[in-house]
Amino acid sequence: MKKYAKIFWDAVIPNNPVLIIAIGLCSVIAVSNSVKSALLMTFAFSMVQIPSNIIVSAMRKIIPYEIRVPIFVSVIAAFTTIAALLSRAYFSAIYEVIKLYILLVVVNCIIIGRAEAFAYSHNIAESFFDGAGMTIGYGLVLTVIAVVRELLGKGTIAGIQVLPESFKPALIMVLPPAGFLMIGILVGALETYLRRKKEVRK
Amino acid sequence: MSYLEQLFKIFISSFLVNNIILIQFLGLCSYIGLTDNFSSSIGMSFAVIFVTVSSSILAWIIDRWILIPFNLQPALQIVSFILVIGSFVGLVQIYLRKASPNLYKAMGIYLPLIATNCIILGATFINSMSNYDFVESIVSGIGIALGYALAMVMLAGIRERLRNSEVPDFFKGKAIAFMISGILALAFLGFQGIVK
Repeated sequence: MKKYAKIFWDAVIPNNPVLIIAIGLCSVIAVSNSVKSALLMTFAFSMVQIPSNIIVSAMRKIIPYEIRVPIFVSVIAAFTTIAALLSRAYFSAIYEVIKLYILLVVVNCIIIGRAEAFAYSHNIAESFFDGAGMTIGYGLVLTVIAVVRELLGKGTIAGIQVLPESFKPALIMVLPPAGFLMIGILVGALETYLRRKKEVRK
Repeated sequence: MSYLEQLFKIFISSFLVNNIILIQFLGLCSYIGLTDNFSSSIGMSFAVIFVTVSSSILAWIIDRWILIPFNLQPALQIVSFILVIGSFVGLVQIYLRKASPNLYKAMGIYLPLIATNCIILGATFINSMSNYDFVESIVSGIGIALGYALAMVMLAGIRERLRNSEVPDFFKGKAIAFMISGILALAFLGFQGIVK
């Protein structure tokens, strides 16, 4: 059990897909202007990441090495279709807004990367925990950015008024440029932290 | 409004107003990854222009002649688009390697990168969602690809100049590229409202 906890934890923080590996940024920047979209995006991501890890891991002995990438992509595409149809059925209002990014989960580098780097060489249980950890890691970053942006940009969290009426929302935070600025600050903070850590070790 | 005006509107909208990188945030991996070198950003831009336009055509044909008539659009659209575009890019790469080694050297190494790039697939989904007809899809594909090239070349040029200037310690590396993109995106917001 301890082994699984370690795989899970490794995927959430030390190997955080968004911040440390810096992949899959497109959707993070695009849907992080409201908490509701961020949560729906995380839901769609989990519906693709976890099952595709499990299926790839279950089939790893029969997938020929040379054509593994097209097979990964077809597995992921099938689950993306399911996730998109589910989101459209149950959360249609938010789905209409972030439709494009949910469809594009299919080319999300994190999912293909995990199929290739982890699921293809590990057993089913390990792949499940890795997928779950990746989802949590992705969702955490996305939700944190979304909370900050929505709070400053509209004064609300998930549509509920939090800041007092007298607070003048900074509209820029919910517009596209702020996504870049937020990621820039986060990446800068992280790289500075890693650089300092390295210097201390020397 | 005449058809030509309509086409022009679609072009401006996909090229500037809804710039694929700065406003829609697609294809950021290559945008940040390849722009620290001016020539590789140009090579990638040409490869993207070529593939986006040809896959817009392919995807329109699949969408209108196969998926919609047989009522398969919601279930099979993602799978069929990605497989057709992926294999098309693979074919082009094999053909280029044999037919024109020079062009392959300039463009070929970027082709596998863009087979699963969000822009290509994003462009086809945008076309399909907006119900564009055949010519409109091509025009929108051209606009999206040129918008990508514009953003790539702009950021690559700025990053080239940044090499000789002092960047605050905090923003060294990738972070400054994101901050610059943020400012560029702010400028592009100014185009909002040109096209109704």
